[in-house]
Amino acid sequence: MPVEIPKEAWTSRVLEVTLGATPAEGGTRGRKVVVGGEGTLPFLHYEGPIPHRPVVAVEVLDRRPDDWSPILQSAWGDVLGDPAAWAAKGVALGAGLVTLRLEGCHPDKGGRSPAAAADTVKAVLKAVDVPLIVLGPGQAEVDNDVLVAVAEAGAGERLALGVCEDKNYRTIVAAALANKHVVIASSPIDVNLAKQLNILISDMGLSLENILIDPTTGALGYGLEYTYSVMERLRIAALTGDRMTQLPFFCTAGFESWRQKESKVAVGVPETWGDFGERAVAWELATATALLMAGADILVLRHPESIQRMVKVIDRLMA
Amino acid sequence: MALSGLEIYKLLPGGLKPPHPKANCKECGYPTCLAFAMKLAAKQADLSACQYVSAEARAALSAAAAPPVRLVTLGAGEFKFEVGNETVMFRHEKTFFHFPGFFLRVRDTDDLAAVGPAMAYSVERVGMHLGLSGVAVENASGSAATFAAAVKQIRGLTPKPLILICSDPAACQAALAVEGGQRPLLYAATAANWQEMAALAKESGAALAVRSDTLDGLAELTDKIKGAGVEDMVLDPGARGMLEGLQTLTNLRRLALKKNLRALGYPVITFPGEGAADALDEAIVAAEHVAKYAGIIVMDHFSPALAYPLLTLRLNIYTDPQKPIQVSPGLYEIGTPTPNSPVMVTTNFSLTYFTVAGEIEGSGVPGYLLIADSEGMSVLTAWAAGKFDAEKIAKTVKQFDVESKIAHHKLVIPGYVASLLGELEDEMQGWEILVGPREAVDITNYLKNVWR
Repeated sequence: MPVEIPKEAWTSRVLEVTLGATPAEGGTRGRKVVVGGEGTLPFLHYEGPIPHRPVVAVEVLDRRPDDWSPILQSAWGDVLGDPAAWAAKGVALGAGLVTLRLEGCHPDKGGRSPAAAADTVKAVLKAVDVPLIVLGPGQAEVDNDVLVAVAEAGAGERLALGVCEDKNYRTIVAAALANKHVVIASSPIDVNLAKQLNILISDMGLSLENILIDPTTGALGYGLEYTYSVMERLRIAALTGDRMTQLPFFCTAGFESWRQKESKVAVGVPETWGDFGERAVAWELATATALLMAGADILVLRHPESIQRMVKVIDRLMA
Repeated sequence: MALSGLEIYKLLPGGLKPPHPKANCKECGYPTCLAFAMKLAAKQADLSACQYVSAEARAALSAAAAPPVRLVTLGAGEFKFEVGNETVMFRHEKTFFHFPGFFLRVRDTDDLAAVGPAMAYSVERVGMHLGLSGVAVENASGSAATFAAAVKQIRGLTPKPLILICSDPAACQAALAVEGGQRPLLYAATAANWQEMAALAKESGAALAVRSDTLDGLAELTDKIKGAGVEDMVLDPGARGMLEGLQTLTNLRRLALKKNLRALGYPVITFPGEGAADALDEAIVAAEHVAKYAGIIVMDHFSPALAYPLLTLRLNIYTDPQKPIQVSPGLYEIGTPTPNSPVMVTTNFSLTYFTVAGEIEGSGVPGYLLIADSEGMSVLTAWAAGKFDAEKIAKTVKQFDVESKIAHHKLVIPGYVASLLGELEDEMQGWEILVGPREAVDITNYLKNVWR
């Protein structure tokens, strides 16, 4: 009984977004990373083009994390507190990108100055040859000050700067425009809000090829299903021609899963949760795998083993 | 696949060419055959209301009404496992209905002691108890007697459904004889043995897994087996590995839903451990299968640390997007509160409730947790949607008579809705409104160091 494999006739593709710039292009990166370009749903290669593999980014902080899970602390060991060494170790493990979170600039977490943040960015750029994503501490005013300094310090590098939100995007977008960077547009798990923010940002003159969508990641057990479905809806809209949704996804799987009790707490939790270390890594990997199935283009992860494993998973899915 | 109203109309007296003499007779209670067809399409009417529809049309309509992915039941009683009946490719289109079951594979040459604890495993999440669905017993020994003895032993260890993995019909028969008639799944019928396997399934009432490494071959086999009188089938398309698994399972779901291909309209069984490097790798592959279209997932490893995240993922993916899991509004006692204990209010989104209740319990400070009806939304979402405002909170405090339980007039609200403070003070004269932490994880610190 001959069975004909059904294929969807998608009409559009996700835009390609390039991170990093080589010396010839005004940057210093040894390699660029292009994400996006999909003309079909995740890994259905027989149906449409998937020109670029999803990329794993290692999450690095600008300070020694004092509130991280003991599992992460012991896995990274000495490099915590040394962002350049930490980033280099992450890249050595297989990460194709580095995400530097400037948490130490938060007033409650050290209040480092924009100039100090810029120095950290330069040090990380020097330590690795992959493109760099830089996230502010998540407080609008501080983010703006810090990210402007970072954008200038990394001028021409095609950093990805984040995050832009509907209430705070102008300063970051202007800094990206002036210094040739990409921005991350973050909206709270909603198709229309994501589109609206992309419109606002592109209205400022930053074209869509310079924007990544952060759909807001929920960890496994903590809202993952909302992220999963909003990503599927956005991606289907992108493939059927909705221009403002045709951007690659940036997902902070590590940040979200490692702040949950399952990954943070060893004692006083039910025995049925199983071995702490094994569970915590599995929590991050299950979150990341589901997001990959929903169309994630950049997966920011925290644990060394998660990074190594997800790189291999992507190898298999892109074979 | 369901027919559209117009497609149904063409089968009714009024839609035939030429029209039936009883076209638009109104005897069904609707003004025209077209109106009746629309109601049928919306499943708001029953075809039996029309006496004049032809037998062929009736058959076509009832066939179209059958689910595109057949519902297959394994086991019986409390531990019955049902899978299938899916109607969409993406959960946001409606919902996924029957979550995939995890079955632990053991071999009849193994020590079977691990089966008991694995089947007894139950982890609680948002008030639900999650666990494995059953055991897949493999006839690795090649001996029918050893296989039957293992099945008998496992039947003594768990009442959950079994999958009998054996290619030798004689060994299957021996196992079926001691299985206890609990509707197991026989794995698997192939091009080589399908006649005997189908006969065994038919005779014993077992469901039958069908394996072929091509979809053509699979469709051909299910067609023949159906012809032999077996309806309840499960497909193994032979796909192993993440890429082939994803693509093949997507194709199967699409063929069933979009092409209405009955021959492949059955749940799919997967074996994520085959080809996996280790237990964690198997769990990653299984996570893919949970997201993308598996019906039965046979695992080679069991440990709580890997089962818990996988069961949680399954819960996430199979939660109805239209109906967030909710708890009943009310005043909940955490620990043994006294009239001087704190009262905290939050929404009835189950995850919110269980997270907050867990933290209060963990703090060691007994208290009351007041749950307002936010229609299952979390604090911020409910606040944004107007389902968790000052009026709702004040009303909930009255509704559950909080005043009668406590000696003070203090109410702790979530930090995320600190902006409701002024309005609440107006609504609840005589109460002191306190702003609690934003995140549940900070509740312990709040109750121990801030609450007074």
